[in-house]
Amino acid sequence: MKNYKDWIIEKILLVLGISSIVVLAMIFLFLLKDGLQFFSVVSLKDFLTGDTWLPTSKPASFGILPLLVGSFAVTLVALTIAVPFGLALAIYLGEIASSRTKEILKPTVELLAAIPSVVYGFIGITVIAPAVKSFFNISSGFTLFTGGLILALMALPTIVSIAEDALHAVPGSYKEASLALGASSWETIVHVILPAAKSGLIAAIMLGMGRVIGETMTVLMVTGNAPIIPGSIFESGRTMTATIAAEMGETVHGSTHYYSLFGIGLVLFTITFAINFTADYFVQRQRG
Amino acid sequence: MTKAAKEKLAFQLLTIASVMVLIPTVGIIVYIVIKGLPAINWSFLTEPPRNMMTEGGIYPAIMGTLYLVLGTIAIALPLGVGAAIYLNEYAGTSRMRRLVHLAIVNLAGVPSVVYGLFGLGFFVIVLGFGRSLIAGSLTLAIMILPVIITTTEEALKSVPNSYREASLALGATKWQTVRNAVLPSATPGIITGTILGIGRAAGETAPILFTVAAFYLPSIPKSIFDQAMALPYHLYILVTEVPNVPEETKFGTALVLLTLVVGLNLVAVLIRTRTRRRSY
Repeated sequence: MKNYKDWIIEKILLVLGISSIVVLAMIFLFLLKDGLQFFSVVSLKDFLTGDTWLPTSKPASFGILPLLVGSFAVTLVALTIAVPFGLALAIYLGEIASSRTKEILKPTVELLAAIPSVVYGFIGITVIAPAVKSFFNISSGFTLFTGGLILALMALPTIVSIAEDALHAVPGSYKEASLALGASSWETIVHVILPAAKSGLIAAIMLGMGRVIGETMTVLMVTGNAPIIPGSIFESGRTMTATIAAEMGETVHGSTHYYSLFGIGLVLFTITFAINFTADYFVQRQRG
Repeated sequence: MTKAAKEKLAFQLLTIASVMVLIPTVGIIVYIVIKGLPAINWSFLTEPPRNMMTEGGIYPAIMGTLYLVLGTIAIALPLGVGAAIYLNEYAGTSRMRRLVHLAIVNLAGVPSVVYGLFGLGFFVIVLGFGRSLIAGSLTLAIMILPVIITTTEEALKSVPNSYREASLALGATKWQTVRNAVLPSATPGIITGTILGIGRAAGETAPILFTVAAFYLPSIPKSIFDQAMALPYHLYILVTEVPNVPEETKFGTALVLLTLVVGLNLVAVLIRTRTRRRSY
């Protein structure tokens, strides 16, 4: 009787255990199902390379090139800022900081991750966009640059924590050997620890990138939302995520516009899946 | 430049870069506290918005978020903890475990707005729940599933194997061992993960945009099939869609949201440090 009960419990746990696989597969299949509905009307090529996004005009135009450019522009800005700062912070925390400094700095970085994206967007509208406007002397502060600037802050915690894990995983003997050969701490960091942690550092940057591409509310609130290909990062633009969030509420269920947003969702899912899959490969390689 | 001078310069630059990160973090929080505090009073927390949201409080949004978070946890906790128990206690080092790990990693990376799309398409439309607490909770639950599974798994991993061996040696079955010997020691870790999950669910806007969030609904939801207001969405519309909202009200709402989410995270950090200090 006891074994019978154990058997049932094990089977229930097995079902729960594979729930994450089931959920991930369901999300993908669902996006695929509704995405394919859309691609039967508009070809994948026109979708990805069309330079006009006018889903509600007649005739409607469903080219997501402006949105792809928008997403990649904010990502580029965010990573340009977040990667050097993130790696610097990780090196500082892992190799230089005293344990007391560490006790203050680490929770502070974790706090950055806890702030909701809508709060970042709010601060972006009230403080950062006006500051960008007057600093660069441009007509509007709601630009791709502004979005990237805030996203850099949001990507930092991811980059710092994974990069620090990677540095931490480098065997202490490497460091001791280098110091014993007469290298300074800094030389040891640059020539021994960083190269040894390379895989993990790449993973850190990639996961930071995934975080940035998927972020929605902040970019929706601060990038100005013009769905056109921008001339520079100091112009308004719109990301894929913001397009879904901004337009889903207005679409009619079952319309081409409705399905087109699932098409964008499918593109986003594919990009983030590729990023996370590759990042995990690097994490596993770091662990050896 | 000498070796020592070079090192000194490099370390100073790294220190400056690190301090520069502190400034915006502390700055954002202090700014919201200072600008939001004047708005906080009893009626702000206990009254519905009035006069096109330019007066009154945010009570329905607070309650909506509370209900939403309760629903989310009621779904995600058993699912996530069960999954973690299976992975750590039953699955061994099988290929399936590797597969589940990959699924969790990728699930954690799915953009929140894509969860919103899925929630709308599946829970709201296919399952016919409509925009409702249940649809929103289910959407948020699958979003925080990776957090709960990962932290629970780590908590289970930190339970010494001797506990399991002792229990099995006394004749307990596998499940009795898990329930009576393993789970009690892993509880603080599971609570930490749960709180982090709650914090995440309470702060997210994109997944609830099309699955539950109501623009204006002064009454408190009566069933799980009702729509509800929610704090993050309320802040979003106050800032972007409703005209003439006093600055103070916006900052007050942001402060309440921030206090809730950051507070939950601080509690999680506290529990974690306390359990780490207690050695076995």
